[in-house]
Amino acid sequence: MNNLIAEPGNWTDRLKKNTIRLGYWTAAWVITLAIAAFGPRFIWDYASLPSIFALQVNLAAGVGWILANKQNLRDLDDLQQKIQLEATALSLSVGVVAGLGYELLEDSHLIGFQPEISHLVILMSLAYGMGVFTGNRRYK
Amino acid sequence: MKNRLKVLRAERNWTQAQLADALEVSRQTVNAIETGKFDPSLPLAFKVARLFELSIEEIFQD
Repeated sequence: MNNLIAEPGNWTDRLKKNTIRLGYWTAAWVITLAIAAFGPRFIWDYASLPSIFALQVNLAAGVGWILANKQNLRDLDDLQQKIQLEATALSLSVGVVAGLGYELLEDSHLIGFQPEISHLVILMSLAYGMGVFTGNRRYK
Repeated sequence: MKNRLKVLRAERNWTQAQLADALEVSRQTVNAIETGKFDPSLPLAFKVARLFELSIEEIFQD
């Protein structure tokens, strides 16, 4: 092969590093979210200051997660970006349509319980996972 | 879009993994381009052309 060829493994090493970084930020965000969600009830008895601090730490971890995700997407190749784009579009569309429909069910008194944001997050996650799965199958 | 990527790769005895490494893409992407399931972006097409020392038109056809 000629000298235009990239150093073997450079790109895959970078992807691996991005994935690990994204994993760390995801874990940090989930842990700080759990602390912010359950801390007031189980640790600091709804004191304002720790709640505000926990929320700020969670938001900071969220920003880190967003930036890590952005870097990860930027370093993916054309096809992987396309798969991610299609999966994200599916997740967003399903989220908006189902989320508003779910809210209308409650407004119309067709369901007897309060819609929870966690239900929407689970649905969007499933739609995203399905999108990535079908995308990978399509271009296998 | 048709392309001669598989033929050009075979002429040089490169595997899909070697070509993928050279282009800094996944092997899945090389395979998808070779089978015509996926059309590369212009920057990637240029990269392929530079690698094989051919013009884009000599590799990719409508």
